[in-house]
Amino acid sequence: MVMEPITSNLQIKGIRDGLLATFADAPWEDQRLALLAQIDEKPSFFQGARLAMDVGSQVLKVNDLVDLRDELSARNVSLWAVVSESPTTEQTAQLLGLATRISKPRPEEHRHVADTIRDDTALFVAKTIRSGTRIEYPGHIVVFGDVNPGAEVVAEGNVIVWGKVRGMIHAGSKGDRSAFICALDLSANQLRIADEVSAMLKPHKDPKPEIASINSHGRLQAEPWHAG
Amino acid sequence: MTAQVITVTSGKGGVGKTTAVANLATALAIDGKRVVCIDGDIGLRNLDVVMGLENRIVYDIVDVIEGRCKLKQAMIRDKHFPEMYLIPAAQTRDKNAVSPSDMVRICNDLRADSDFVIIDSPAGIERGFRNAIAAADRVLVVTNPEVSAVRDADRVVGILEAEEKGNPLLILNRLNPTMVKNNDMLSPEDVLDLLGIQLVGIVPEDETVIIGSNRGAPVVNDPKSRAGQAFRNIAKRLQGQDIPFMDLNQQGGLWSAIQRLAGRK
Repeated sequence: MVMEPITSNLQIKGIRDGLLATFADAPWEDQRLALLAQIDEKPSFFQGARLAMDVGSQVLKVNDLVDLRDELSARNVSLWAVVSESPTTEQTAQLLGLATRISKPRPEEHRHVADTIRDDTALFVAKTIRSGTRIEYPGHIVVFGDVNPGAEVVAEGNVIVWGKVRGMIHAGSKGDRSAFICALDLSANQLRIADEVSAMLKPHKDPKPEIASINSHGRLQAEPWHAG
Repeated sequence: MTAQVITVTSGKGGVGKTTAVANLATALAIDGKRVVCIDGDIGLRNLDVVMGLENRIVYDIVDVIEGRCKLKQAMIRDKHFPEMYLIPAAQTRDKNAVSPSDMVRICNDLRADSDFVIIDSPAGIERGFRNAIAAADRVLVVTNPEVSAVRDADRVVGILEAEEKGNPLLILNRLNPTMVKNNDMLSPEDVLDLLGIQLVGIVPEDETVIIGSNRGAPVVNDPKSRAGQAFRNIAKRLQGQDIPFMDLNQQGGLWSAIQRLAGRK
């Protein structure tokens, strides 16, 4: 079922997991008001609904999503997922505990934004990644902080952690076997590079910087890092 | 007066949130503060039992929100401290009966004539938790020295950071110094190293806490209880006083006496 939009290109339709609102690339504020206006117009239709949003390439900060979530919750609509092409928005949604994937896969033509990201692009995260947070990026990821147990960091390129790694790290997630992971303390509970999975690494008494990569025997291996 | 709104939360259930709320509120009341406790666990209310106010409940927080009574009518005065009140949860409703903006509105109404509003959060990170933290000026995260509890606390701290709720404070509850000494339990250092947030108190494991909860008489009232002392110290720290941490290792006589009395040694 597709309802006619009022003022914008906002579309709301039913999907298997509830409702999906697809936003156009118009200014966020207009889109937000358009969504709330549609809900206020047909409150009985939206009563108790589970809403997913596809926000396209909108860059949304925590406050944007928190405000909208509260406004939706005041209307008895629960926001459970935010799908976006922007890594910042995805990260925001993940931090708020919202899903960033819905069962309907995104159409392939929407992938072009990710494809245009150059090989040497890195996402810089200047904080500790805590349990329940998943950071995913189609380039390299640099974490300035720890990766705690229960956190997941997944990069198509390399992962560098200036801190302690105790969560799960996956480098070369699209199959790049030359990807590497380095960290000041690599006591991760699991490391993955491409499709290789490490056994559990022992916590070190006296941690030293280490680098993990796939060695010449095709095994994932961590070794102390030496400058030069 | 303008009250500080403090939410006590944990992620994992059973780590001692409700006990901490009852004890901190009582300790603040002992110090002459005007305190209102709110049970945020709609559908699974407990705080009234722990505070011994179970059979005085007439109206609850959902009655206030849905306009069946005035806020003052749902505030139950404590048996011992006339300046301490409880706003109980509804037992026959669920978390969706309350929204974050309802909590903000109620807390703002309470701010004018109290010193502290303390909200007991339900376990989990869903709607009830969102309601409980919506109005918080400050959040206390309670955890036990157990790997699973610490991981859930870490998740909660991550969400609080994302919601820009300021720096949460940590209460490490039910620490057993003997087990830590024997390397059978995470030490406070292990927990702090992982969570990286400020510690506001360590509460030693103490069976008098459970006895107090069952009797509806929070253990802070017992001057001899170590756990009670720990909660009294935390309450003073929340009032901005600089209280040194108890030395949990040099408590030989009393600690083992409690354990002997409790029949554990």
